[in-house]
Amino acid sequence: MAGTDFDIQYIAHLARLDLTEEEQRQLGAQLQQVLGYMDKLKEPEVGGVEPMAHALPRSNVFREDAVRPSLPHEEALRNAPARANGLFVVPKIVE
Amino acid sequence: MAALHEMTLTEAADRLARGEMSSRELTRACLDRIETVERSLGAFLSVDADGALAAADAADAARQKGEVAGRPLLGVPLALKDVLAERDRPLTCGSRILENFVSPYDATVVERLRRAGAVFLGRLNMDEFAMGSSTENSAFHPTRNPWDPDRIPGGSSGGCAAAVAAGECLASIGSDTGGSVRQPASFCGVVGLKPTYGRVSRYGLVAFASSLDQVGPVTRTVEDAAQLLEVIAGHDPRDSTSLPDPVSAYSRALTGEVRGLRIGLPREYQVSGLDPEVKVAVAQAVDVLAGLGAEVKEISLPHTEYAVAAYYIIAPAEASANLARFDGIRYGVRREGADPIALYRATRGAGFGLEVKRRVILGTYVLSSGYYDAYYLRAQKVRSLIRQDFLRAFEEVDVVATPTVPTTAFRLGEKSSDPLQMYLLDICTLSCNLAGICGISVPCGFSKDPRLPIGLQLLGRPLGEETLLRAAHAYQSATDWHRRRPPLESRGAG
Repeated sequence: MAGTDFDIQYIAHLARLDLTEEEQRQLGAQLQQVLGYMDKLKEPEVGGVEPMAHALPRSNVFREDAVRPSLPHEEALRNAPARANGLFVVPKIVE
Repeated sequence: MAALHEMTLTEAADRLARGEMSSRELTRACLDRIETVERSLGAFLSVDADGALAAADAADAARQKGEVAGRPLLGVPLALKDVLAERDRPLTCGSRILENFVSPYDATVVERLRRAGAVFLGRLNMDEFAMGSSTENSAFHPTRNPWDPDRIPGGSSGGCAAAVAAGECLASIGSDTGGSVRQPASFCGVVGLKPTYGRVSRYGLVAFASSLDQVGPVTRTVEDAAQLLEVIAGHDPRDSTSLPDPVSAYSRALTGEVRGLRIGLPREYQVSGLDPEVKVAVAQAVDVLAGLGAEVKEISLPHTEYAVAAYYIIAPAEASANLARFDGIRYGVRREGADPIALYRATRGAGFGLEVKRRVILGTYVLSSGYYDAYYLRAQKVRSLIRQDFLRAFEEVDVVATPTVPTTAFRLGEKSSDPLQMYLLDICTLSCNLAGICGISVPCGFSKDPRLPIGLQLLGRPLGEETLLRAAHAYQSATDWHRRRPPLESRGAG
């Protein structure tokens, strides 16, 4: 798991993140080093250990399915980069 | 008598209650102080002088009418890290991508503080999306350490700690995902508390790593931290991870009594790179507690050395998912593209700074097909081992004492080109978040030359805030490190 096959262009695509060539070079080198350090995790014995996703012994927390006031329409649109007719304007998704 | 802006929160609240000063006078004193020191400090991203004075006048009017019940903070000026939603105010998270964002609602924490009567002075600087340990990752400007302007204040809540240390506000509210409240508190010589995961609602806190994030106060004294925790803690139906357990009267737990309290010193925290002056100051602090009757014993937290690796897999993984929402569609800046994917890529490429990009890439990688088991799943198992270490230790001791950071504050630019070195400095604070327990940093001395604050970290059981605060308060009652003020005056008003 030494991260030698780290393909930064592919990961940047998965992350939907444009990186300049300089950023690719710099981040690529730094992350190789960071991933090299992560090899430490191979040391401890983890057989039979449950993975911990969360610090709380709570699960399936429900609340009553009741109608309540929510964020007003205008407030929800307040920070939109583009809007029209009370809606978010998004780029064309289907031809 | 101390200048108004130098009072503790508790003193100020008492004097307001006795009618010895008005909230307007106190708020004005803080705003004047901001005007005097802010240019050389850079703790704030925005100051809301008009809003603060209006709120102060409203608080004074309410007090005149006797509307004080349930409002322990009536008229007390605070400031908020720019990651907590405050209605009609900016919420940049230190990022260009949210440069023009205005909060449509209050975070639960802000709602509770407002209900308690607090006045909000402005929005405090931070590392972008709380990712960093120096506040150098703010997209807007760095914040300087009030004790030495060539040094960083710590991070990510660097603005919170610098503002409190410099007397710009009586206290501030930050967030702590891997030490972001405690580490800057240590570097700036103030108190920083990270409550147990789930003790304080995360509703309205912009998410970095949801299983680790927790809101916490930065104050001058433990007493003030206890007072603020009492206000902000409690169950919130809008945060499914908030704990239903009743909130204690933390202030009343501060008895000054630590006889018989068992303090554990984990041998694994004698890390390489531990500054000898930090080591001595922390040992002397433990001696003070022993002198007050606490029992000290060495303990072991055997998986400590894996905390950095586990944290820097889990936190970026969660961040890469949380930050997917910043795509230029519903809020934030937008960069147009030929198709939706090009729009997302251009928007995020232009809107995020380098550290955020680094962590999004790292997080995406460790969650990607083929690497998930080796990195993410394994890190989660190691996280279990780290939590088990603490639960086992807390069978033998009541609190654990360590340095908050292995060093004192470093220089601006000193570590910004070496992310791994920066990450390794977080070794003493990360485990607290991974294990979901509570922790506090209190000032425990200074390095000699340069003279910089050192922090003692105490860690407590899940929901063990009363014992944690009692121990920290007893220490402060026997020492006066927290009364030292940075020499800002002598450098003049710029």
